Amino acid sequence: MMDGTSGQVIKVSGPLVVAKGLAGARMYEMVRVGDLGLFGEIIEIRGGEYSIQTYEETEGIGPGQPVVRTGEPLSVELGPGLIRSIYDGIQRPLDALARDFGEYIVRGARRPALDRTRQWDFIPSVHVGDLVTGGDILGTVQETAIIVHKIMMPPGRSGIVKRISPVTGDVDTEVAVIEEKGSLLSVTMVQRWPVRDPRPVKRKMPPVQTMVTGQRIIDMFFPIVKGGTACVPGPFGSGKTVVQHQLAKWADAQIVVYVGCGERGNEMTDVLMEFPHLKDPATGEPLMERTVLLANTSNMPVAAREASVFTGIAIAEYFRDMGYSVALMADSTSRWAEAMREISGRLEEMPGEEGYPAYLGSRIAGFYERAGSVVCIGANDRRGAVSIIGAVSPPGGDLSEPVVQTTLRVVKVYWGLDDKLAFARHFPAVNWLSSYSLYQDTVDEDADKTVDTMWSVNRKRAMSILQKEAELDELVRLVGVDSLTTEDRLLMQAARMIREDFLHQNAFDDRDTYTSPRKQFLMLNLILRYYDEIRTGLSDGATLEALLNLNVIEEIVQAKLIPEDQLEQFDAIERDITNSIRALVW
Amino acid sequence: MQNIMREYKTVREIAGPLMLVDDVEGVTYGELADIKLDDGTIRRGRVLEVHGNKAMVQVFEGTRGLSPGDVRVKFLAKGMELGMSIDMLGRVFDGSGQPIDDGPPIIPEKYLNVNGNQINPYARDYPNEFIQTGISTIDLLNTLVRGQKLPLFSASGLPHSRIAAQIARQATVLKTGEKFAVVFAAMGITFEESEFFIADFKKTGAIERSVLFINLADDPPIERLALPRMALTTAEFLAFEKDMHVLVILTDITNYCEALREISAARKEVPGRRGYPGYLYTDLSTIYERAGRIKGKKGSITQIPVLTMPEDDKTHPIPDLTGYITEGQIIILRPLHTQGIYPPVDVLPSLSRLKDKGIGVGKTREDHADVMNQLYSAYAHGKNARELAVVLGESALTDEDILFVKFSDAFEDKFIRQGEYENRTIEESLHIGWQLLGMLPTRLLKRIRNEFIEKYYPQSSN
Repeated sequence: MMDGTSGQVIKVSGPLVVAKGLAGARMYEMVRVGDLGLFGEIIEIRGGEYSIQTYEETEGIGPGQPVVRTGEPLSVELGPGLIRSIYDGIQRPLDALARDFGEYIVRGARRPALDRTRQWDFIPSVHVGDLVTGGDILGTVQETAIIVHKIMMPPGRSGIVKRISPVTGDVDTEVAVIEEKGSLLSVTMVQRWPVRDPRPVKRKMPPVQTMVTGQRIIDMFFPIVKGGTACVPGPFGSGKTVVQHQLAKWADAQIVVYVGCGERGNEMTDVLMEFPHLKDPATGEPLMERTVLLANTSNMPVAAREASVFTGIAIAEYFRDMGYSVALMADSTSRWAEAMREISGRLEEMPGEEGYPAYLGSRIAGFYERAGSVVCIGANDRRGAVSIIGAVSPPGGDLSEPVVQTTLRVVKVYWGLDDKLAFARHFPAVNWLSSYSLYQDTVDEDADKTVDTMWSVNRKRAMSILQKEAELDELVRLVGVDSLTTEDRLLMQAARMIREDFLHQNAFDDRDTYTSPRKQFLMLNLILRYYDEIRTGLSDGATLEALLNLNVIEEIVQAKLIPEDQLEQFDAIERDITNSIRALVW
Repeated sequence: MQNIMREYKTVREIAGPLMLVDDVEGVTYGELADIKLDDGTIRRGRVLEVHGNKAMVQVFEGTRGLSPGDVRVKFLAKGMELGMSIDMLGRVFDGSGQPIDDGPPIIPEKYLNVNGNQINPYARDYPNEFIQTGISTIDLLNTLVRGQKLPLFSASGLPHSRIAAQIARQATVLKTGEKFAVVFAAMGITFEESEFFIADFKKTGAIERSVLFINLADDPPIERLALPRMALTTAEFLAFEKDMHVLVILTDITNYCEALREISAARKEVPGRRGYPGYLYTDLSTIYERAGRIKGKKGSITQIPVLTMPEDDKTHPIPDLTGYITEGQIIILRPLHTQGIYPPVDVLPSLSRLKDKGIGVGKTREDHADVMNQLYSAYAHGKNARELAVVLGESALTDEDILFVKFSDAFEDKFIRQGEYENRTIEESLHIGWQLLGMLPTRLLKRIRNEFIEKYYPQSSN
């Protein structure tokens, strides 16, 4: 694979290496730098000098050392074995590196991304003589208990199937031979794809299918769809990572690609330890059976961090092409942007806002645009989707900073995390007043049909109660709670219950961590029902004090712990509400 | 390449802590250099950039008194290394790794590169073992676990040193028979602060199991860049080769960052926020991420970095970026300190991200999580109401609000406040927590499961 052309290092400054003598090398071509053969990528060519961002520490590299071309841009290996893997930003398998090189990451260490020792059973789905084009499914491999890996014709290729048969072997095993314009093309279970290029699709469609996440504030108030984009900005400690983990765990995507980009090592360990033990609510299988992890922690080289989101999205697109719905979590895109800033600074580029490169906006937009609901290339018009959920870590929690602002211009859902909520241990600390989802109408329409006809009515009502509460709060702050009418006091009570007993959700409680849409509806409905009843009770002569201290409130509080298979308990609580109000009035 | 004579008299420029050496050959990035002065003294330097036959060298002890014509630079063909030995316990070193306590020289078992390597995330083991610091606000509310990095965010004039010393003194795990060590890295602190720590460590005998690296406020700032890395290399040696549980205290990170800014400015780099270099986050992470546990190894590294927030401002780049890397933060607050409460931990914005895995049955106690959440939310409620009362007077409060205000006053007085030498067990902290929650009717304890209320709610109160 090595092109073999060799040049020489002339300058080293941190992760940036400049070399000469690489005639013919292209932008974004991969090279191997120095005596250790460090991975690097050409990011600037100027008068015979090639600037290279290296994906590994450059200590010990100096002028005169060799730089070797590979002739290929940064690419990922795609094939059976991706699921359950953990990679660094340039798709080096961290488990294999740990096994072969020890607990520290050794420079220049290489292992194939897909494990060559694993055997796969290939079952053909086309026949000799069929005409196949890019994206067509040649056959399948059962990759995990729940994922059927489809072996596809590489994009841009086509021909007549000459040979194909069931076969067992590693990913390099030839599964089919295709006659392409007179020459023979050998197809194996693995293909390579340059990460910075989006994989082709037949056409993009507007995303319309709801992605259920089991998180009440998200599904009910700020929903996301399959193929949609969302961002989660928030200062540190506001719970971005927990939100991302919750989505990776519970979102009803078929495949999850989790990119830990410049974040904490211990957090990735958390995912690695937890996911094999957690069961996917849809399939009952361990979550790991549908997950690909990318871990480029903050102390790992900054250039590999820059590459990691592209590596992640290329893998996500590959599964999308099989017809799966894929969710990609990127935590955090700010670290990715900072990696760009760092490299840009070393290149001495003219900085834009806050030192970020001027192309920050276009890179961010380009990344999020790779999400979408699509008709995949190949026959049978199968549909696939990639959703992107990016965390943003604004410095000082300041949302006016460039990464947040450029992200908001392209994403459709905004879950704004609020540290005031986090301090009061209200999690998820999504601010219900500032967040938004542009998919709301789509999801409302769907949920009204599939969950309950009152879904959107209830949602709108609950939101207006919360908004009214915010206004009343201002008033209370100025003149005290006595200034409120009894009507308003009841509303404040309802709002508080929506906040504390519906929106507040404990990610670490087994019974509370995931709530089905049906139960979400019932929970909110219960609070609204209580609100209606106490208002009636008030006009029928019950005292405010009595209405605010009903014993049945305790039942509403505990409703979040009702198991998913005993939702009929909600009817009983509703009856209790009616009865206890009636008891007051009589 | 290594055989050629690598000593040069071709220094062309000296600016700030940097030196440009010309006509060099075979120099590599990150390489160490000896800088020999006329009078025979030697300073240490490190290559920050090589371009063709020019090398930019950062001089650790500073460039004062150097003259381009009189200096000889010898490149050493190796990165910065430190000799490691178990005998480093009980000893004091300066920022270049030399002993400064009049003891014998260290005979190294091995040399390690101070920059370390990144731990493969796959090889990490998850931190989930509770460390009891004896401080209620940490143990019960912001639980520290082995392998965590939990900084103290403080400001000038606040007792962060005393708190750090108290943690170093009291930190234990609820198991016995394990080896424990403290590595103390002081960057740019004053002589008095340094003496305070050394005296405290000596008084309690902690010095026997401690390694101290000291760079005082008047020592060369550039040494501060290497010092935490030496300390952490030592910690890694003790933890992963000698099976010890190591607590690393790094103080003061703010001084470290300023030294980094000095270098960056001297290199005329494009500055990020407040003049700090754009790579501050990455640089800090190469320090903080050296905390953790490794699968199959007995030892662990727990970090308590201390930083002083300029103008008590949490959004300043240093606390801000630190908070994004570390697993939580303990915030020390001036108003509590002024009220005479020690330790003045601002409970609400403080956070330990790893607490959930280190508490509960078999680790602390079954009711820990619920009590923690309830104390938080009740204190937050009380503080809000108290602010409201300041604006509107107590009459604006509901009876419930008044109850919470009373609760939060008592919480600050009984729970947050404790003696500098008071070492509370987690049971004691939980007991105080329940006594305080006893001020509130059970109806308001929404965050606690009924079974725990029945078991622990104080019966005598109300």
